[in-house]
Amino acid sequence: MQFVENRFIQGLKDSVPIGLGYLSVSFTFGMMCVSSGIPIEVAVIISLTNLTSAGQFSGLILILESSPLIELAMSQLIINLRYALMSLSLSQKIDKQMNTLDRALVSFGITDEIFALASSTYERVGRNYLFGLIVFPVFCWTLGTWIGGTATALMPDTLRNALGIAIYGMFLAIIIPPAKKLKNVRKVLMFSIILSCCFELIKPVIEISSGFVIILCTILAAGVGAYLFPIKEIEHE
Amino acid sequence: MNKYIPYIITMAVVTYLIRMIPLTFFQKEIKSPFIKSFLFYVPYAVLGAMTFPAIFTSAQSLIPSIIGTVFALFLAYKEKSLLTVAIIACIAVYVTEILL
Repeated sequence: MQFVENRFIQGLKDSVPIGLGYLSVSFTFGMMCVSSGIPIEVAVIISLTNLTSAGQFSGLILILESSPLIELAMSQLIINLRYALMSLSLSQKIDKQMNTLDRALVSFGITDEIFALASSTYERVGRNYLFGLIVFPVFCWTLGTWIGGTATALMPDTLRNALGIAIYGMFLAIIIPPAKKLKNVRKVLMFSIILSCCFELIKPVIEISSGFVIILCTILAAGVGAYLFPIKEIEHE
Repeated sequence: MNKYIPYIITMAVVTYLIRMIPLTFFQKEIKSPFIKSFLFYVPYAVLGAMTFPAIFTSAQSLIPSIIGTVFALFLAYKEKSLLTVAIIACIAVYVTEILL
Protein backbone atom coordinates (compact mmCIF):
# COMPACT_ATOMS: atom_id res chain seq x y z
CA MET A 1 0.00 0.00 0.00
CA GLN A 2 1.52 3.30 -1.07
CA PHE A 3 1.40 6.38 1.13
CA VAL A 4 -0.93 9.08 -0.21
CA GLU A 5 -0.38 12.66 0.97
CA ASN A 6 -3.87 14.15 1.00
CA ARG A 7 -3.94 16.99 3.55
CA PHE A 8 -5.20 20.35 2.32
CA ILE A 9 -3.16 22.21 4.95
CA GLN A 10 0.05 20.46 3.92
CA GLY A 11 -0.54 21.49 0.31
CA LEU A 12 -1.16 25.06 1.39
CA LYS A 13 2.08 25.12 3.40
CA ASP A 14 4.11 23.65 0.55
CA SER A 15 2.75 26.22 -1.87
CA VAL A 16 3.81 29.37 0.05
CA PRO A 17 7.19 29.86 -1.69
CA ILE A 18 5.57 29.25 -5.09
CA GLY A 19 2.88 31.84 -4.39
CA LEU A 20 5.36 34.48 -3.29
CA GLY A 21 7.44 33.89 -6.41
CA TYR A 22 4.34 34.24 -8.57
CA LEU A 23 3.52 37.63 -7.06
CA SER A 24 6.59 39.18 -8.66
CA VAL A 25 6.24 37.55 -12.09
CA SER A 26 2.55 38.36 -12.41
CA PHE A 27 3.32 41.90 -11.24
CA THR A 28 5.39 42.20 -14.44
CA PHE A 29 2.49 40.83 -16.49
CA GLY A 30 0.09 43.39 -15.02
CA MET A 31 2.61 46.13 -15.73
CA MET A 32 3.12 45.00 -19.32
CA CYS A 33 -0.60 44.83 -20.03
CA VAL A 34 -1.49 48.22 -18.63
CA SER A 35 1.57 49.95 -20.10
CA SER A 36 0.59 48.65 -23.54
CA GLY A 37 -3.01 49.77 -23.22
CA ILE A 38 -4.85 46.60 -22.14
CA PRO A 39 -7.51 47.32 -19.47
CA ILE A 40 -6.53 46.06 -16.03
CA GLU A 41 -9.64 43.89 -15.65
CA VAL A 42 -8.69 42.05 -18.86
CA ALA A 43 -5.18 41.44 -17.47
CA VAL A 44 -6.59 40.11 -14.20
CA ILE A 45 -9.07 37.79 -15.94
CA ILE A 46 -6.32 36.45 -18.23
CA SER A 47 -4.14 35.68 -15.21
CA LEU A 48 -6.97 34.03 -13.30
CA THR A 49 -7.97 31.83 -16.24
CA ASN A 50 -4.53 30.98 -17.67
CA LEU A 51 -2.05 30.70 -14.79
CA THR A 52 1.00 30.54 -17.05
CA SER A 53 3.78 33.04 -17.70
CA ALA A 54 5.20 32.39 -21.18
CA GLY A 55 1.73 31.68 -22.61
CA GLN A 56 0.24 34.87 -21.23
CA PHE A 57 3.14 37.08 -22.30
CA SER A 58 3.08 35.73 -25.84
CA GLY A 59 -0.72 35.94 -25.87
CA LEU A 60 -0.40 39.60 -24.90
CA ILE A 61 1.90 40.25 -27.87
CA LEU A 62 -0.59 38.64 -30.26
CA ILE A 63 -3.56 40.49 -28.74
CA LEU A 64 -1.73 43.79 -29.22
CA GLU A 65 -1.21 42.93 -32.88
CA SER A 66 -4.91 41.98 -33.23
CA SER A 67 -3.79 38.59 -34.58
CA PRO A 68 -6.45 36.16 -35.80
CA LEU A 69 -7.83 33.88 -33.06
CA ILE A 70 -6.56 30.76 -34.80
CA GLU A 71 -3.00 32.08 -34.54
CA LEU A 72 -3.52 32.85 -30.88
CA ALA A 73 -4.89 29.36 -30.31
CA MET A 74 -2.03 27.70 -32.21
CA SER A 75 0.67 29.64 -30.41
CA GLN A 76 -0.92 28.92 -27.01
CA LEU A 77 -1.10 25.26 -27.92
CA ILE A 78 2.57 25.09 -28.85
CA ILE A 79 3.91 27.25 -26.04
CA ASN A 80 1.91 25.39 -23.41
CA LEU A 81 2.40 21.93 -24.85
CA ARG A 82 4.86 21.11 -22.07
CA TYR A 83 1.91 21.13 -19.65
CA ALA A 84 0.48 18.17 -21.54
CA LEU A 85 3.65 16.26 -20.76
CA MET A 86 3.52 17.28 -17.09
CA SER A 87 -0.17 16.44 -16.93
CA LEU A 88 0.60 13.04 -18.39
CA SER A 89 3.42 12.49 -15.96
CA LEU A 90 1.26 13.60 -13.02
CA SER A 91 -1.42 11.11 -14.02
CA GLN A 92 1.00 8.41 -12.84
CA LYS A 93 1.51 10.08 -9.44
CA ILE A 94 -1.97 10.98 -8.24
CA ASP A 95 -4.20 9.04 -5.87
CA LYS A 96 -5.93 6.27 -7.81
CA GLN A 97 -9.15 7.09 -5.94
CA MET A 98 -9.45 10.42 -7.75
CA ASN A 99 -12.41 10.44 -10.12
CA THR A 100 -12.70 12.17 -13.48
CA LEU A 101 -14.09 15.39 -12.02
CA ASP A 102 -11.27 15.62 -9.45
CA ARG A 103 -8.72 15.11 -12.19
CA ALA A 104 -10.33 17.71 -14.42
CA LEU A 105 -10.31 20.22 -11.53
CA VAL A 106 -6.71 19.81 -10.38
CA SER A 107 -5.38 19.84 -13.94
CA PHE A 108 -6.21 23.56 -14.05
CA GLY A 109 -3.36 24.21 -11.62
CA ILE A 110 -0.52 22.45 -13.44
CA THR A 111 2.39 24.87 -13.78
CA ASP A 112 6.13 24.21 -13.94
CA GLU A 113 6.56 24.86 -10.21
CA ILE A 114 3.39 23.18 -8.95
CA PHE A 115 4.12 20.16 -11.10
CA ALA A 116 7.67 19.99 -9.78
CA LEU A 117 6.42 19.97 -6.19
CA ALA A 118 3.48 17.63 -6.71
CA SER A 119 5.52 15.07 -8.58
CA SER A 120 8.73 15.02 -6.58
CA THR A 121 7.90 15.39 -2.89
CA TYR A 122 5.58 12.51 -2.00
CA GLU A 123 5.02 8.98 -3.19
CA ARG A 124 1.48 9.77 -4.24
CA VAL A 125 -0.67 12.88 -3.88
CA GLY A 126 -4.41 13.15 -3.37
CA ARG A 127 -7.13 15.60 -4.28
CA ASN A 128 -7.14 17.67 -1.09
CA TYR A 129 -3.39 18.07 -1.07
CA LEU A 130 -3.43 19.24 -4.69
CA PHE A 131 -6.25 21.71 -4.01
CA GLY A 132 -4.18 23.12 -1.15
CA LEU A 133 -1.13 23.33 -3.37
CA ILE A 134 -2.96 25.19 -6.14
CA VAL A 135 -5.22 27.70 -4.39
CA PHE A 136 -2.60 30.07 -2.93
CA PRO A 137 -0.46 30.36 -6.10
CA VAL A 138 -3.62 31.10 -8.15
CA PHE A 139 -4.57 33.81 -5.65
CA CYS A 140 -1.05 35.32 -5.74
CA TRP A 141 -0.83 35.16 -9.52
CA THR A 142 -4.10 37.07 -9.88
CA LEU A 143 -3.37 39.55 -7.09
CA GLY A 144 0.14 40.28 -8.43
CA THR A 145 -1.31 41.09 -11.85
CA TRP A 146 -3.72 43.57 -10.31
CA ILE A 147 -1.02 45.24 -8.20
CA GLY A 148 1.32 45.50 -11.22
CA GLY A 149 -1.42 47.00 -13.39
CA THR A 150 -2.47 49.48 -10.73
CA ALA A 151 1.10 50.61 -10.07
CA THR A 152 1.72 51.15 -13.78
CA ALA A 153 -1.34 53.33 -14.29
CA LEU A 154 0.21 55.77 -11.80
CA MET A 155 3.60 55.92 -13.60
CA PRO A 156 4.88 58.71 -15.90
CA ASP A 157 5.10 57.91 -19.65
CA THR A 158 8.91 57.93 -19.87
CA LEU A 159 9.11 55.21 -17.26
CA ARG A 160 6.39 53.20 -18.94
CA ASN A 161 8.35 53.18 -22.23
CA ALA A 162 11.31 51.63 -20.49
CA LEU A 163 9.14 48.74 -19.29
CA GLY A 164 8.88 47.32 -22.82
CA ILE A 165 12.05 45.32 -22.37
CA ALA A 166 10.94 43.70 -19.07
CA ILE A 167 9.27 40.71 -20.69
CA TYR A 168 12.27 39.94 -22.90
CA GLY A 169 14.66 40.33 -19.99
CA MET A 170 12.59 37.71 -18.19
CA PHE A 171 12.70 35.38 -21.18
CA LEU A 172 16.49 35.71 -21.30
CA ALA A 173 16.68 34.89 -17.60
CA ILE A 174 14.68 31.72 -18.33
CA ILE A 175 16.60 30.49 -21.38
CA ILE A 176 20.23 31.52 -20.83
CA PRO A 177 21.09 29.44 -17.72
CA PRO A 178 20.03 26.08 -19.23
CA ALA A 179 21.61 27.05 -22.57
CA LYS A 180 24.85 27.67 -20.72
CA LYS A 181 24.85 24.16 -19.28
CA LEU A 182 23.37 22.07 -22.08
CA LYS A 183 25.02 22.14 -25.51
CA ASN A 184 21.96 20.79 -27.34
CA VAL A 185 19.62 23.35 -25.78
CA ARG A 186 22.09 26.00 -26.91
CA LYS A 187 22.01 24.69 -30.48
CA VAL A 188 18.20 24.55 -30.60
CA LEU A 189 18.01 28.05 -29.16
CA MET A 190 20.49 29.48 -31.66
CA PHE A 191 18.71 27.77 -34.54
CA SER A 192 15.37 29.21 -33.44
CA ILE A 193 16.82 32.72 -33.03
CA ILE A 194 18.50 32.65 -36.44
CA LEU A 195 15.27 31.43 -38.07
CA SER A 196 13.27 34.14 -36.34
CA CYS A 197 15.71 36.85 -37.51
CA CYS A 198 15.60 35.48 -41.08
CA PHE A 199 11.80 35.68 -41.07
CA GLU A 200 12.04 39.26 -39.85
CA LEU A 201 14.27 40.10 -42.82
CA ILE A 202 11.87 38.60 -45.37
CA LYS A 203 8.79 40.18 -43.77
CA PRO A 204 8.82 43.25 -46.05
CA VAL A 205 8.77 40.86 -49.04
CA ILE A 206 6.42 38.13 -47.81
CA GLU A 207 3.35 38.92 -45.71
CA ILE A 208 3.71 36.78 -42.56
CA SER A 209 2.51 37.50 -39.03
CA SER A 210 4.64 37.37 -35.87
CA GLY A 211 2.46 34.68 -34.32
CA PHE A 212 2.95 32.40 -37.28
CA VAL A 213 6.69 33.05 -37.32
CA ILE A 214 6.89 31.92 -33.68
CA ILE A 215 4.98 28.74 -34.45
CA LEU A 216 7.17 27.94 -37.46
CA CYS A 217 10.42 28.62 -35.62
CA THR A 218 9.32 26.50 -32.67
CA ILE A 219 8.27 23.48 -34.70
CA LEU A 220 11.36 23.64 -36.91
CA ALA A 221 13.92 24.24 -34.15
CA ALA A 222 12.42 21.80 -31.63
CA GLY A 223 11.75 19.24 -34.39
CA VAL A 224 15.27 19.37 -35.80
CA GLY A 225 16.65 19.34 -32.25
CA ALA A 226 14.60 16.28 -31.31
CA TYR A 227 15.68 14.52 -34.51
CA LEU A 228 19.41 15.32 -34.26
CA PHE A 229 19.85 15.33 -30.46
CA PRO A 230 17.24 13.08 -28.85
CA ILE A 231 17.45 13.09 -25.08
CA LYS A 232 17.27 9.98 -22.98
CA GLU A 233 15.79 11.30 -19.77
CA ILE A 234 13.83 14.50 -19.29
CA GLU A 235 14.27 16.23 -15.97
CA HIS A 236 11.81 18.83 -14.82
CA GLU A 237 13.41 21.79 -13.10
CA MET B 1 -13.50 45.35 -22.89
CA ASN B 2 -15.81 43.49 -25.31
CA LYS B 3 -13.23 43.19 -28.07
CA TYR B 4 -10.96 41.29 -25.67
CA ILE B 5 -13.50 38.63 -24.76
CA PRO B 6 -12.81 36.31 -27.74
CA TYR B 7 -9.07 36.48 -26.97
CA ILE B 8 -9.63 35.77 -23.28
CA ILE B 9 -11.85 32.79 -24.01
CA THR B 10 -9.50 31.37 -26.66
CA MET B 11 -6.46 31.56 -24.38
CA ALA B 12 -8.29 30.13 -21.37
CA VAL B 13 -9.90 27.24 -23.26
CA VAL B 14 -6.78 26.17 -25.17
CA THR B 15 -4.54 26.37 -22.11
CA TYR B 16 -7.01 24.46 -19.95
CA LEU B 17 -7.59 21.66 -22.47
CA ILE B 18 -3.84 21.09 -22.80
CA ARG B 19 -3.60 20.54 -19.06
CA MET B 20 -6.87 18.70 -18.61
CA ILE B 21 -6.91 16.10 -21.40
CA PRO B 22 -3.80 14.09 -20.52
CA LEU B 23 -4.43 13.99 -16.76
CA THR B 24 -8.09 13.15 -17.16
CA PHE B 25 -8.08 10.71 -20.04
CA PHE B 26 -4.65 9.18 -20.52
CA GLN B 27 -3.06 6.65 -18.25
CA LYS B 28 -0.11 5.49 -20.37
CA GLU B 29 3.29 7.12 -20.48
CA ILE B 30 4.76 8.67 -23.64
CA LYS B 31 7.43 6.31 -24.94
CA SER B 32 8.54 7.98 -28.18
CA PRO B 33 12.00 9.53 -27.64
CA PHE B 34 11.29 11.93 -30.52
CA ILE B 35 8.12 13.37 -28.94
CA LYS B 36 9.74 13.52 -25.51
CA SER B 37 12.73 15.36 -26.94
CA PHE B 38 10.52 17.66 -29.00
CA LEU B 39 8.51 18.63 -25.92
CA PHE B 40 11.74 19.19 -24.00
CA TYR B 41 13.11 21.62 -26.59
CA VAL B 42 9.84 23.51 -27.16
CA PRO B 43 10.14 26.15 -24.39
CA TYR B 44 13.64 27.18 -25.54
CA ALA B 45 12.68 27.36 -29.20
CA VAL B 46 9.56 29.42 -28.39
CA LEU B 47 11.26 31.90 -26.09
CA GLY B 48 14.25 32.31 -28.41
CA ALA B 49 12.05 33.13 -31.39
CA MET B 50 9.88 35.46 -29.32
CA THR B 51 12.84 37.37 -27.86
CA PHE B 52 14.91 37.89 -31.02
CA PRO B 53 14.82 40.16 -32.91
CA ALA B 54 11.86 41.74 -31.04
CA ILE B 55 14.00 42.77 -28.05
CA PHE B 56 15.94 45.24 -30.24
CA THR B 57 12.83 47.32 -30.82
CA SER B 58 11.24 46.81 -27.39
CA ALA B 59 11.99 50.34 -26.14
CA GLN B 60 10.80 52.21 -29.26
CA SER B 61 14.32 53.41 -30.22
CA LEU B 62 17.25 51.14 -31.12
CA ILE B 63 20.13 52.28 -28.89
CA PRO B 64 18.36 52.11 -25.49
CA SER B 65 17.00 48.70 -26.53
CA ILE B 66 20.47 47.41 -27.36
CA ILE B 67 21.92 48.72 -24.09
CA GLY B 68 19.07 47.04 -22.21
CA THR B 69 19.64 43.80 -24.13
CA VAL B 70 23.35 43.77 -23.24
CA PHE B 71 22.53 44.23 -19.54
CA ALA B 72 19.84 41.54 -19.66
CA LEU B 73 22.13 39.05 -21.43
CA PHE B 74 24.91 39.63 -18.93
CA LEU B 75 22.67 39.26 -15.88
CA ALA B 76 20.90 36.21 -17.30
CA TYR B 77 24.31 34.67 -17.94
CA LYS B 78 25.15 35.37 -14.28
CA GLU B 79 21.92 33.46 -13.46
CA LYS B 80 20.18 36.33 -11.68
CA SER B 81 16.46 35.92 -10.93
CA LEU B 82 13.79 36.69 -13.53
CA LEU B 83 12.67 39.81 -11.73
CA THR B 84 16.23 41.12 -11.25
CA VAL B 85 17.07 40.72 -14.93
CA ALA B 86 13.81 42.34 -16.02
CA ILE B 87 14.08 45.33 -13.67
CA ILE B 88 17.74 46.09 -14.36
CA ALA B 89 17.15 45.87 -18.13
CA CYS B 90 14.35 48.44 -17.69
CA ILE B 91 16.58 50.72 -15.62
CA ALA B 92 19.34 50.48 -18.25
CA VAL B 93 16.87 51.47 -20.98
CA TYR B 94 15.43 54.29 -18.88
CA VAL B 95 18.85 55.76 -18.00
CA THR B 96 20.00 55.53 -21.62
CA GLU B 97 16.84 57.29 -22.83
CA ILE B 98 17.42 60.13 -20.38
CA LEU B 99 21.10 60.49 -21.33
CA LEU B 100 20.48 60.52 -25.09
